[in-house]
Amino acid sequence: MTKADTTSKATARPQARPNVGHILAGIALVIIIVATVFPFFWMVASSLKTRADILAFPPVWTFAPTLEHYREALFRVDVAKSLVNSLVVAVASTGLALLVGTPAAYALARWDWKGKRDLWFWIISNRFMSPIVLALPFFLLARTLGVLDNVWTLVAIYLTFNIPIVVWIVMDQFRAVPRELDEAAVVDGATPWVAFWRVVLPLTVPGVVVSAILCFIFSWNELLYALVLTRAASRTAPVAATSFMSGYDLPWGEIMATGTMIVLPVIVFAMLVSRHLVRGLTLGAVK
Amino acid sequence: MWSVRTRNLFLAPTVLVLLGVGIFPLLFALNVSLRNYQITKPGLGFGWNNFANYTQVLTDSYFWESLGRTFLFLGMTLPVQFLLGLGIALLLHRKDWALLRSVARVALVIPLATTPAVVGLVGRLIFDSDFGLANWLVTLTGTAKVTFLGDPNLALFAVAFMDTWQWTPFFALVLLASLTAVPQEAVEAATLETDRRWDLFRFVEWPYLLPGLTAVLILRTADAMKLFDLIFVMTRGGPGSATELVSVYTQRIGFRVFDQGVAAAMAILLLVVTIVLSRLYIRIFYRETQ
Repeated sequence: MTKADTTSKATARPQARPNVGHILAGIALVIIIVATVFPFFWMVASSLKTRADILAFPPVWTFAPTLEHYREALFRVDVAKSLVNSLVVAVASTGLALLVGTPAAYALARWDWKGKRDLWFWIISNRFMSPIVLALPFFLLARTLGVLDNVWTLVAIYLTFNIPIVVWIVMDQFRAVPRELDEAAVVDGATPWVAFWRVVLPLTVPGVVVSAILCFIFSWNELLYALVLTRAASRTAPVAATSFMSGYDLPWGEIMATGTMIVLPVIVFAMLVSRHLVRGLTLGAVK
Repeated sequence: MWSVRTRNLFLAPTVLVLLGVGIFPLLFALNVSLRNYQITKPGLGFGWNNFANYTQVLTDSYFWESLGRTFLFLGMTLPVQFLLGLGIALLLHRKDWALLRSVARVALVIPLATTPAVVGLVGRLIFDSDFGLANWLVTLTGTAKVTFLGDPNLALFAVAFMDTWQWTPFFALVLLASLTAVPQEAVEAATLETDRRWDLFRFVEWPYLLPGLTAVLILRTADAMKLFDLIFVMTRGGPGSATELVSVYTQRIGFRVFDQGVAAAMAILLLVVTIVLSRLYIRIFYRETQ
């Protein structure tokens, strides 16, 4: 079927004879969109309601929005500091993962040797690790070394899931660059390091950016390590959000305002890489 | 030019970092798992205890229950997420409603990107026993309010509901990517043979869906072993231990009961499961890579 006759069919059909399938598909798509967006919408709406409106039953659908919960959460409960901590941890861990991971990706893309597959497997398998497996020994080690409640401890442990993402995605990009380019550069007197840095890396910037955004999202969203390894000083935003959840009279407005501030930047980032999200989440098994 | 020494220099940073933050803590956990290790009771000492932690875990009915609950949770969520995801993928693969389809594709990214801990917060809000939306729907049917998160039978459903909201788009997007990969010639050839949509799906599209589906199933199984954030925020594993999946139970033993020796033994057992799953995944999907 060519593109032309599908479009003619799609436009001709509903006029000639209302197509039940076509109409049902439209309704289903609307339901999908509403169901997907609704919990997010409800969080944002609740963050803008007064306390009385949040607790109203039956729920209130129209209300005069207020920013009081954002002000309270950011400055009185100091979520601002937690957001900064989250930003520092996510950016630093992403940056380090790129710095450390891209040369390894280059080696895996350009050299062949026995045992390469095993090394590669070991690097990638860190992505499968259950956080609780590492959280426990990391907590005990950090306690012994006196580096609990330190953002750099989190940066270090986040490398266990960020390096595999970088290595996998960037290696795939490097393989797509013809080897002759690096060889030509070396013939012209460049070292392999220069070939990597000046020839191959600049050609794969889009792929590197995708891997960086994915690392950022995973680091920003992480809860368990942060919960276990931080206290007041280096608390990240997800931990701050969950720390509201104790006692009876929960400050719902502040909780939802914090949730909104955590989620908005990740959603924007995820939309930027939405075409690559599936590849990133399946480590490339699905293109 | 391509000397082994250069290659090793390129590899060294990654290998050293992953040895430091990956392997070394694991060896430490292995060591802890073989000792008496309760940091709140240093009086007990930290001596070897002859696999007592492992015996304790393997004979602990709560551990087996939490593992069983993890698989129950998978049994509740995977079929629903798969069927909904497949339906969405087939809809998005149609040729009509172009604008609605592109809006839906963008919308599907929202649940996937949402911080799991925040999904838990929203779950608490929606399933609140006093003013939650879920209870509003319940009262619309004329029934009395329900304490979703306080009822052992309903709490796991509430958690599964939020998990399904978050992860159905993953199934949908993976299956959609697979549908897009079906060669147009195969579809055309099949439409000459049959005009039944089911035959086209079963004999032409389904074989292309299988690899992506397998990938998602293995990843989601590994995720269930890890599932912590959503449950910790929504229910802390409660009421009682009604929503305590294996990661939440391990966290409770390690950080709320403070028996690190036993928790480390659980962690090592979980690690074995993880290694098996990741081996399987890589065997299936990267055979052609090297």
